[in-house]
Amino acid sequence: MSQELLSTILFLLFVVGTLAITFWASRNTKDAADYYAGGRSFTGVQNGMAIGGDYMSAASFLGIAGIIALSGYDGFLYSIGFLVAWLVALLLVAELMRNSGKYTMADVLAFRMSPRPVRTAAGVSTITVSIFYLLAQMVGAGALVGLLLGVTSEGGKALTIVGVGLLMIIYVVVGGMKGTTWVQIVKAVLLMGGATLVTLLVLGKFGFNLSALLGQAASQSGKGDVFLNAGLKYGTEAQGLAGKIDLISLGLALVLGTAGLPHILIRFYTVPTAKDARKSVMWGIGIIGTFYLLTLVLGFGAAALVGSKAIAEQNAAGNTAAPQLAKVVGQELFGDFGGTLLLAIIAAVAFATILAVVAGLTLASSSSFAHDLYAHVIKRGKATEKQEITVARISAFVIGAVAIVLGIFAQKLNVAFLVALAFAVAASGNLPAILYSLFWKRFNTSGAVSAIYGGLLSAVILVIFSPVVSGTPTALFPNADFAWFPLQNPGIVSIPLGFLAGWLGTVLSRESDESKYAEMEVRSLTGVGAEKASTH
Amino acid sequence: MTTRQHDISVYEQVQRSGEFQELKRRFRSWAFPMTAAFLGWYLLYVVLSGFARDFMGVKLLGNINVALVFGVLQFVSTFLIAWAYSRHAERKLDPLADKLRHEVEEKEAR
Repeated sequence: MSQELLSTILFLLFVVGTLAITFWASRNTKDAADYYAGGRSFTGVQNGMAIGGDYMSAASFLGIAGIIALSGYDGFLYSIGFLVAWLVALLLVAELMRNSGKYTMADVLAFRMSPRPVRTAAGVSTITVSIFYLLAQMVGAGALVGLLLGVTSEGGKALTIVGVGLLMIIYVVVGGMKGTTWVQIVKAVLLMGGATLVTLLVLGKFGFNLSALLGQAASQSGKGDVFLNAGLKYGTEAQGLAGKIDLISLGLALVLGTAGLPHILIRFYTVPTAKDARKSVMWGIGIIGTFYLLTLVLGFGAAALVGSKAIAEQNAAGNTAAPQLAKVVGQELFGDFGGTLLLAIIAAVAFATILAVVAGLTLASSSSFAHDLYAHVIKRGKATEKQEITVARISAFVIGAVAIVLGIFAQKLNVAFLVALAFAVAASGNLPAILYSLFWKRFNTSGAVSAIYGGLLSAVILVIFSPVVSGTPTALFPNADFAWFPLQNPGIVSIPLGFLAGWLGTVLSRESDESKYAEMEVRSLTGVGAEKASTH
Repeated sequence: MTTRQHDISVYEQVQRSGEFQELKRRFRSWAFPMTAAFLGWYLLYVVLSGFARDFMGVKLLGNINVALVFGVLQFVSTFLIAWAYSRHAERKLDPLADKLRHEVEEKEAR
């Protein structure tokens, strides 16, 4: 049996299994709390696994392993930012948000503000961030299928994107938060299982001697000791000072972005209490941290056993490093069939990974459209729950369709920067609004709106005029040149601008509601009046 | 609007109480400095990765260099801080928060 066929069968098994779970979950999806927040009835452990499944995208699985395999240590810098970021969520955001919000990020922001302008801003920001992230994943899916399933025609790739898009629409429309959460839990188990298996096989080959593995990786890469140090990809010596500032800018966006990502924030609403939200982030940190340590071994293992040259020949970005590594270690240990089987497993896991993340993004953006923009802005809070959920389902369908069309259109464009941009927008607009809202008494409507639009616009505008969009051979539009901002990552400028805009907007407006802040402070710290879990 | 007025006054009463102020102090005096500390520790790592590559490249044991150890230490500190926070929350925050919540819920029920 060929690997392509085996991968397809394994992937279809995952699809059938998760669809069955989704339809089963949909029987218990009756009211808005079920659709948006899974009835708030997941346990801390389950939600912790779903957090892992929602967060560990194909970009972090295949992408980081690929960067390490080709450029060595620099890939590790990415994973560290992605992990440390969770402490911001744990210490400052998760529990307070669970206590004071209901379904979306905007619930917390609108708590003591004028609802329509704040929900409009938060809805726009949520949908923008989610679409950026979604687009990067969809384009990645098209590229991945070409490499792993042997689909090379443009039509075949487009068909894959349509298939991924349709599945994600079904998960979200039918299963709501319950279905999506279970898909993410199953994916997290498969991803951790697959990554652990390959890691153990790689380490076993080196007698569990990490130093020997690193030594062989460095020599096979042809770059020697610098392969084990920072600087081959980000902030290279050739890029000079601007490159190094760019590296710090990226680090800032990664560490501050996570706690402002809407699809991550709504996960805190799926558990019964703030204590469970804390527990789920603890589990999430454990799973995500372990996973990134595994990708370190996978990346250096691929460099050592497959060789940077063979990896770069398959895919210039190194995205196939982990699957190639699986094939090599499987082959050496269990013969040809072992190699085929292990590659098929890792390829299927990679697809499961993409599906779980895109479903989470579609859910976050359609929830925000229905709950924030439709129910509170358009209908001014007068929509019935039934109308709201219907609109949520329709918007999930529309957002999914838009993602499919854009994904097909963007196939040939280099959209890898979109994930970093999503983190930069989340850190520059959403995070200041959330933190001010939770901790600053004086904060008001004007401040919230200024922080979100200020952060969102400065991040997006700086990226439009950066080298990732024009002026370089690898840019989105390589033939144009309108870049005047020297950095690829806007965070170091846009994050302070977002915080500044939020402060300025606040002090320039006289609005201040101390009694409403008293309510928010008491509720967020004690859990008084927090939304309860569904009883059915 | 009368019930609403009543709710708000309950919250303001609680907010002004010594016990709530103590809860707020325990939460902020742990979470804020710790956030500053781990962000500083992380930024130190990123800045050294950009500007002190000779130091980061020093080999400590076989092929294991400072950069790798420093990176793994970021994982260790993240795990430890998460664990320490949950201990702090369980011992110092939860009992007080639960007590205040019951008090408010009783007042509201009346």
